[in-house]
Amino acid sequence: MAMIATVGLHFDSHFFWTSLLHPSSAFLQGLWATVYLSVVAQFLATVLGLVIALARRSKLSPVRALAWGYTWIMRGTPLLVQLALVYFGLAAAGIYRFSNLTVGPVTIPGEVQAAIFTFTLNEAAYMGEIIRAALGAVDPGQLEAAMSTGMTPARAMQLVVVPQAVRFVIPPLGNDFNAMMKNTSLASIIGVQELFLVSEQVSSVTFNTFEIYLVASLYYLALTTVWSVIQAVIERRIDRKWGIERTRWRRSASWSRRWSVIDAGLGT
Amino acid sequence: MTGGAIGGGGGGESSPASGAADVSAPGALTASSAGVRADALSEIGGGTSQDMAVSAVDVHKRFGRVEVLKGVSVDVARGEVVVLIGPSGSGKTTLLRCINHFETVDQGRIYVDGRLIGYRTDGRGRLVEERAKAIALQRAEIGFVFQHFNLYPNKSVLENVTLGPRKVRKMSRDEADEVGRTLLTRVGLDAKVDAYPVQLSGGQKQRVAIARALAMQPKLILFDEPTSALDPEMIGEVLEVMRDLASEGMTMVVVSHEMGFAREVADRVVMMDDGMIVEHGRPAELFDRPGHERTRAFLAKIL
Repeated sequence: MAMIATVGLHFDSHFFWTSLLHPSSAFLQGLWATVYLSVVAQFLATVLGLVIALARRSKLSPVRALAWGYTWIMRGTPLLVQLALVYFGLAAAGIYRFSNLTVGPVTIPGEVQAAIFTFTLNEAAYMGEIIRAALGAVDPGQLEAAMSTGMTPARAMQLVVVPQAVRFVIPPLGNDFNAMMKNTSLASIIGVQELFLVSEQVSSVTFNTFEIYLVASLYYLALTTVWSVIQAVIERRIDRKWGIERTRWRRSASWSRRWSVIDAGLGT
Repeated sequence: MTGGAIGGGGGGESSPASGAADVSAPGALTASSAGVRADALSEIGGGTSQDMAVSAVDVHKRFGRVEVLKGVSVDVARGEVVVLIGPSGSGKTTLLRCINHFETVDQGRIYVDGRLIGYRTDGRGRLVEERAKAIALQRAEIGFVFQHFNLYPNKSVLENVTLGPRKVRKMSRDEADEVGRTLLTRVGLDAKVDAYPVQLSGGQKQRVAIARALAMQPKLILFDEPTSALDPEMIGEVLEVMRDLASEGMTMVVVSHEMGFAREVADRVVMMDDGMIVEHGRPAELFDRPGHERTRAFLAKIL
């Protein structure tokens, strides 16, 4: 029971199950770091992304160019390199050294700040593109309709267009957030005590390398799975808010599967 | 009923109804390229027909190389219902969209209720485009009903109607809801206040859109082919609402292909072709004794 007796393969199933079902507090803290790093960075990136998306639609060409340039650089360089540049590079050049920051009862380690900062800046470039596309997907007639009731273009964007764009933002945002949770493992190279770094440390102490990385994988899988469920709930809620019946497999009396009412024309 | 309002003919002819509107020499109004904006316009006499709901004077509009409006002058009296007809591409919709400044004009000017729309005179006496805020205030007084309804899909029928009054007129939610319910009852949709646009038929959507326009208590309502996107059996219910509005004295400018409606409800029909007004007159006259060959040809095609 305890071991799989394959030549050369050693699997400590007791260690595996204990790590999986009764993880150490260090492991749980690593899991928590992964979660909050992802959530905070994704949230900030969404806000910054909206700014970038609006900047790319600006009437002023320098503003548009700036937003384009930002997106170009951030999407064109590896996240891992960006992390190293921000945390090690800035410090080495004497430009900025991330040091621990105490806000009230909590202390935010320097490397965590650097990670949040980098993930936010990187993801904002992608969110900018997502939000730009979503704003473009809203029928221009919506803006005109709002303006015909006396709203300025800015007000019409805020009250009518942006809320509608949310529906188009959620699916790709969900995709990005899924990637974000996994990409936080890169923060291990600057010493952030997240899920992957903790696993690495467990591995080097216990030599149960395969087992602990398998456990870590399953925890990442659990995180992304929970997120898929949350995303589905959000999407369904928005659709319901729009009065749209979701497409769904439904069993008919004859047990054959058929499509239920498919979302009717969205635009008008 | 026409209140003596006479629309100008095409080709930069001035409007006799607007007595004080001394349209200055068209040569002074230069719009040489697509990019020419209001600041290229020269000042025309100030006192334009205060008693007119709409007064368009020598309006020119260009999209790129194509001149869509080639000097259109037309007046609409208060309480008048004017139906714009003409072949597609004749500039009807563009003219309508210029009236609430959805489109800028390259030359000429448009007054609504005696006030210049979309432009103001700057310190050096030139015309410049108004600030967004001022344009929005002007638009609040002008209802617009779209061909494709443009209801907000993420808002209930009632919210569609009350958003403008609440956010622009700063009405309280309760007050706006009451106004909204009253208007929705008026267009026969009191049972649908909590429905969402996707759950409505085309005819119902358009009636909500009319209620939404009415909620702002506009001085006039512009209709851009309000029944063109509807299934035939739903056209009647929308025209019915419009007929009621007309009988209550609402000033309406309607781009439409519904000749039956035009004949019955319009005070005046304006025939446009190729960016110009070909002729205008009471519907009976225009339909039965069209003065121009182009009108005859157009009517022969659609009737």
